[in-house]
Amino acid sequence: MKIQVSCFATLSKYTPEDGQVELEEGATPDLVLDRLLIPREEVKIVFINGQHAGMNAVLKHGDRLGIFPAIGGG
Amino acid sequence: MARLLRINTKTKKVTEEELAGEYAGLGGRGLTSRVVRKEVPPTCHPLSARNKLVVAAGLLTGTTAANTGRLSVGGKSPLTGTIKESNAGGTFSQKLAKLDIMGLVLEDKPDRDAPFQTLFINKDGAQLMEVPEITGLGTYDASARLFDKFGKKVGIMVIGPAGENSRLASSIQFTDPKGNPSRAAGRGGLGALMGSKKIKAIVIDSEGSRAPEVADKEAFKAAAKRWAEILVNHPVTGQGLPSYGTSILINIINEAGTLPTKNFRDGRFDRAADISGEKMVELINQRKGVAKEGCHAGCVIQCSQKYCDENGEYLTSGFEYETVWAFGSNLLISDMDHIARLDRLCDDLGLDTIETGTTLAMAMEGGVIPWGDGQAAVDLLKRVYDPKDYLGSIIGNGTSFTAEALGVDRVPVVKKQSLPAYDPRAAKGVGVTYATTPMGADHTAGYAICQNILKVGGDIDPLGKEGNIEVSKNLQIATAAVDATGFCLFVAFAVLDTDDSLDTIAKLISSRFGIQFTADDIAKTGIEILKDEYSFNRDAGFTVAHDQLPDFFINEELPPHKVKWDFTAEEMQKAKVEI
Repeated sequence: MKIQVSCFATLSKYTPEDGQVELEEGATPDLVLDRLLIPREEVKIVFINGQHAGMNAVLKHGDRLGIFPAIGGG
Repeated sequence: MARLLRINTKTKKVTEEELAGEYAGLGGRGLTSRVVRKEVPPTCHPLSARNKLVVAAGLLTGTTAANTGRLSVGGKSPLTGTIKESNAGGTFSQKLAKLDIMGLVLEDKPDRDAPFQTLFINKDGAQLMEVPEITGLGTYDASARLFDKFGKKVGIMVIGPAGENSRLASSIQFTDPKGNPSRAAGRGGLGALMGSKKIKAIVIDSEGSRAPEVADKEAFKAAAKRWAEILVNHPVTGQGLPSYGTSILINIINEAGTLPTKNFRDGRFDRAADISGEKMVELINQRKGVAKEGCHAGCVIQCSQKYCDENGEYLTSGFEYETVWAFGSNLLISDMDHIARLDRLCDDLGLDTIETGTTLAMAMEGGVIPWGDGQAAVDLLKRVYDPKDYLGSIIGNGTSFTAEALGVDRVPVVKKQSLPAYDPRAAKGVGVTYATTPMGADHTAGYAICQNILKVGGDIDPLGKEGNIEVSKNLQIATAAVDATGFCLFVAFAVLDTDDSLDTIAKLISSRFGIQFTADDIAKTGIEILKDEYSFNRDAGFTVAHDQLPDFFINEELPPHKVKWDFTAEEMQKAKVEI
């Protein structure tokens, strides 16, 4: 299956070139971090389809995964 | 002993008193809201002689503690008719503190055809004078002339043409450490109140004065050291905000599906990347701008910047997420330079950027200019310079007024103040704040985006109802207290996540004044402020019915999460401190 992945701010360099990752069924955000070599300690927030998700949530084909460091503003 | 200066703008008499009785021990929003509550009749017309403009430094302003240079400006709001505290950066507040002045109260008002005056304050006192050459000027030219006249080291508080003509969306602008009038007490139309009193500018010179000494130097020094560590060690205040500025939020708020797009029709903007903090920093670096600056001395967060145009010339600073949203996705504009020009125009005209962005959305709804046309927005906004231009007069009066003038029924306001940059349907905690704060729609009054989206200080589902009333209430209390201290509100990101932060703040206040102030007293301070504010609004005629979002949030689903606003005004009363 394919999912869309976007990494932001200090992590933006880890976004895959075509914005997609090919994964096996049952894959999790945790696995995506491994695959893209994203240091875990720099990740604060993970969204699946715009909602907070845990590292072990199960991804589905076509999901939109957003990966962020700590962010604030306002 | 901290002083309160009263300036009668009609008789030109200046009097001075010590802060005592009901004003003893107050600063910032605590002082502005108490003076307004005690001295301004809640039902008075906001532009009448009985309203007062109150300016106050925070309790810790003027000390060496980091990020304590913010200023509170208060009065009865010309925009909302409620009590108002609007908070600003710039150099003004620390100069007030250095002169041992906790607050200024501008009273009464001259005749309508009286000339504009400038108030000059230094170690020898305060006096009103005429500086006729700055009348009618934008804040950039006006402050340049004031620096020429009074020297480069003064701090300036100034209104633009919008405030001079008492337009309801008027801001009061403050000069930053580089002399640009890009810091704003933006919300609530307080520039119109200053203009109604025929005060164009207040110039403050603290040369030759000494800041009042703290009561317990050793204890203060130790607490200030720990305080700076707390801010520098937190990833948001120590790294995220300095690196990208507040527009770092564009992408995450867009991903979360709560970035208001085309006047709150969608929660995502397909060109969000073009207006993101990452993009802004890229442009700043290409054009030799400055990616991080502080709005006042002693700021360690450094979320401001110098944004240059395509020729490398300074265009604007203090270029915030809220502004980028208001003129960006809200209007379907994705050209950062158009957005920056609109920001510069607002600072120069003396207009609130949030209110003005939503006003331009009303002009687009009404067919005055096309959606997404940045140049048309710039040209329309320039008409506010001319006091005789009737379309400019309408635009300068803000969202609610413009919607009425154009027959628009999709009007994103609470108590006539426009909503800022988070759709309340998909960020329900901040929606509760919009509906219930005494200020009219205001994100800063209880920024539940922390818990709804950013996972700072907790984790509360932004799409559901559970926990969102409680978090809004607690944040409204904490924010009121922060606004009394002179702290920048952004310290909250670190405070919410650090165990000893409240104790450290209490130690700073205790050792500054030689009193026993505890962490529990911080919440008490916030509650007392909110009581003053809610009781003023009650006596001004505001009821439960005013504590609700506009109908379309209740009736329309917001994409992509397909959520509606589902709190009743009665339910939300629990978010308010009992009077």
